[in-house]
Amino acid sequence: MWLAPETLLILTILVPLFAVPGIIAANRFPNRREGVTITASIILIYLVTTLYGLVQNGTSIAIKGPALFPGLHLSFEIEPLGMIFSLVAGFLWLVTTVYAIGYMRGHHEKNQTRFYSCFAIAISSVMGIAYAGNLFTLFIFYEVLTLSTYPLVTHSGTPKAKEGGRVYLGVLLSTSVLFLLLAIIATWYTAGTVEFQKGGVFPPETAPIITGTLLVLYIFGIGKAAIMPFHRWLPAAMVAPTPVSALLHAVAVVKAGVFSVLKVCVYIFGLDLLRTLPSAEFMLYLAAATVLLASIVAMRQDNLKARLAYSTVSQLGYITIGALLATNAGIVGGAMHIAMHAFGKITLFFCAGAIMVAAHKTEISDMRGLGKTMPITMIAFFIGSLSIIGLPPTGGTWGKWFIMTGAFDAGKWTIMIVLMLSSLLNIAYLLPIPLRAFFSKQAYGKPVQIKEAPLPSLLALSFTALGCIFLFFYTQPLYELASAILQ
Amino acid sequence: MTAHLPILQVIIPLLAAPLCLFIRIPRIVGIFAILVSATAFLISCGLLQEVITGGTLSYQLGGWAAPWGIEYRIDKLNGYLLLLVSGISTIVLVAAQTSISKELPENRHTFFYTAYLLCLTGLLGILATADAFNLFVFLEISALSSYTLIAIGTDRRALTASYQYLVMGTIGATFIIIGVGLMYMMTGTLNMYDLAERLPAVYESKTVLSAFGFFIVGVCLKLALFPLHLWLPNAYAYAPSITTAFLAATSTKVAVYVLIRYIFSIFGIEFVDMSLPLGDIFLFLGLTGIFVASVAAIYQLNIKRLFAYSSVAQIGYIILGLAIGTELGLTATLLHLFNHALMKAAIFLAIGAVVYRIGSAQLSHYAGLGKKMPWTMAAIVAGGLSLIGVPLTVGFVSKWYLVVALLDKGWWPVAVLVLISSLIAVIYVWRVVEWIYLTPPRIITDEIKEAPMSQLIPIWILVLANIYFGVDTRLTVGVSKLAAQSLFGVN
Repeated sequence: MWLAPETLLILTILVPLFAVPGIIAANRFPNRREGVTITASIILIYLVTTLYGLVQNGTSIAIKGPALFPGLHLSFEIEPLGMIFSLVAGFLWLVTTVYAIGYMRGHHEKNQTRFYSCFAIAISSVMGIAYAGNLFTLFIFYEVLTLSTYPLVTHSGTPKAKEGGRVYLGVLLSTSVLFLLLAIIATWYTAGTVEFQKGGVFPPETAPIITGTLLVLYIFGIGKAAIMPFHRWLPAAMVAPTPVSALLHAVAVVKAGVFSVLKVCVYIFGLDLLRTLPSAEFMLYLAAATVLLASIVAMRQDNLKARLAYSTVSQLGYITIGALLATNAGIVGGAMHIAMHAFGKITLFFCAGAIMVAAHKTEISDMRGLGKTMPITMIAFFIGSLSIIGLPPTGGTWGKWFIMTGAFDAGKWTIMIVLMLSSLLNIAYLLPIPLRAFFSKQAYGKPVQIKEAPLPSLLALSFTALGCIFLFFYTQPLYELASAILQ
Repeated sequence: MTAHLPILQVIIPLLAAPLCLFIRIPRIVGIFAILVSATAFLISCGLLQEVITGGTLSYQLGGWAAPWGIEYRIDKLNGYLLLLVSGISTIVLVAAQTSISKELPENRHTFFYTAYLLCLTGLLGILATADAFNLFVFLEISALSSYTLIAIGTDRRALTASYQYLVMGTIGATFIIIGVGLMYMMTGTLNMYDLAERLPAVYESKTVLSAFGFFIVGVCLKLALFPLHLWLPNAYAYAPSITTAFLAATSTKVAVYVLIRYIFSIFGIEFVDMSLPLGDIFLFLGLTGIFVASVAAIYQLNIKRLFAYSSVAQIGYIILGLAIGTELGLTATLLHLFNHALMKAAIFLAIGAVVYRIGSAQLSHYAGLGKKMPWTMAAIVAGGLSLIGVPLTVGFVSKWYLVVALLDKGWWPVAVLVLISSLIAVIYVWRVVEWIYLTPPRIITDEIKEAPMSQLIPIWILVLANIYFGVDTRLTVGVSKLAAQSLFGVN
């Protein structure tokens, strides 16, 4: 290895950023422009896998950057949870870029240079969040992520996009400024540090009322985790082009949210403290309510992307539950579900986009019989659905399994019931879509002819669908990483 | 030579101002003004360096010893602000060269630079002097030249705006001079540090109390503290863009300096604490100002007025730091003085560049400009983000320190209110963003081009300063802390 591990870490953040001038410079040459993004994403994958190898060998990698304020540094540290998040986001960036080439061109979208530039900035800030060594660094990249995705949400520039953008920015900025920033400053003030530490940072004599309030501020403040009532931004973000909804609003942005929740629970509060907080119990039930309510709302959506968005809100609730259960299995399950849900949900969004491009359909009721024209897409949709529901042979099974075990360990029967009910609801709102596509008559009596999405998009969605199955059989590395969080 | 730096700082622009009238050729006058301002900037760098390493500098004007003669005294507080004012002035002057050619008739250019240099003299003089009466003189120099700078444009509404400012400013100045007179009556001295020594003996007297009262009201008029801000929005909106950029960034800041100087260095916090519930008053007015002005900003149709109201709101934050009455609070105030100057200078210069190209500051004319003037618009957005307090900008640094100071004081609800108010800033900044990027232009205007380099460069220097000082806070936080410590008498 000819680069120091610390350099590799910095490069993971800088490489996507460096791609931006390249993308802008190649404005007039779409092939060259997408070439820049793909090259950057391949380098990024190389970097994160190299880092993964190093972390597995037990190398500890940490950087203390310049101090923004006295005693408050920009700092980065790689720990297993961040490793999982960065691996998932890094791999899926490449896949999404391939998909986006097919989608954006097939859909004749404008301003593609801005699209790819903002995408790269967003990925860079995701890497910053994944490797943040303290809350302060995490907050900075968290805000950059919000702002860099705003132009992506309002990409089309229509009044509807403007409205969506307002909700998106309004909810994410208000929660982060009002609750998260306040919580971080208050943590800095009470604990004297905002560094992520094993076992938490609060001195034992801190009054429970303070830590309890702070937990509520953190959970609400991390609006990206979409706990009700601060979930509205996610359905609003669906006006964005589908690759954005797929990578950012099913993987990167929302996972940055639940990732931050896990980080705060494990490294700021510590599981021991978390277990004793009454407000943790309260937030746990709020998350459970989110899981159920979002599933019920999802059932009532006819727009496919809207249904998937509410399904994401519900699935994010699972991970928050895993974190707040404060049991080992809960944390492991939450961490694994980050990866599992990512593959499942990105597949579903890819399919939604493919249907939009190839068949120009957005409403579920119009998709009857679509399996005959788009068989591959619909099979992939079926696999993705299985993974979201948590049925074998797909990866989603494991995440839900461990969260369930976590709830059992904590003796929270209500939570277990909620999780089971929600899985039933998942079946009810996801499976009918591919089943009707294959076993119903076509909505309109057009001649049956296979017409799939453009090849790059088709490749991408097949890849992630196979990924869902692969993750069921090859879970060991992920499990090891997830359980390393607690050692 | 270096011993004379404190006076050179003030005297060079003062002498240069009438020289402009002799040179007369506008282009050369412009370059001359830049050179003068840059010299003042270099001197202020030297002064700050010396103050940080060697401690407070005292300069006896004409060799007359204080308290009989006039003393100039540079400490960390005014050294820091001298640097800010002269630095911003130089950058703004660079942009002025092209900008005023569209906004002023040719024959007024020389007068513009003359008035500008006089205004700079006044501001630098207020900062440098340690004499209460001398300070009043400089206050008037800067005020009278500001009225000229506002009224000098072609927009006739500027005349009433300037007149309004003249009336309010004169009332403020009169109150200040009444305060100075009453203090002189009681102590027989005008030197600030001599005053500080003699005042405690007469703390009980009603005269000193009324001197203080006159003084506070007078200065608050000058710094446009809500509800004494009524002159500001019109003055900023109708003045030539360069004037707005210069005054918004410096003039109110210098008035805040006067307030801090009088409270801490002359009257002393013990007196303030026992005489008036100033903390409560400032807390109330500061908070109300923040909310009322921020909400007013949302409804403005003219972008200059929008950001003028935002300035009134930002003064609220500055005063709030003072209201806390702790060293941390004062640090936050001093930081925000510096940081807000950077934001507003960047934003108003960028607006100036738009006025240069499209001749209007109406928000509706900004529709679709994101495509036509990408760099200028990006600068407005960057300035706006800084105003909101997004991390990695100076606005975040200010907000962080203000909230920490509020928590330290135990004022949780106020801290929450401050954070809520920054969300109102999101609303008015995002109104601008939506006009710029998400509204299709009404008329096809192909001839609109990006701003000229001579304006883009100064604008982007300021934008980058907004980011640089948002990341490397050693200078701003360091000096603010030291200045706050010395004002609180901790060493």
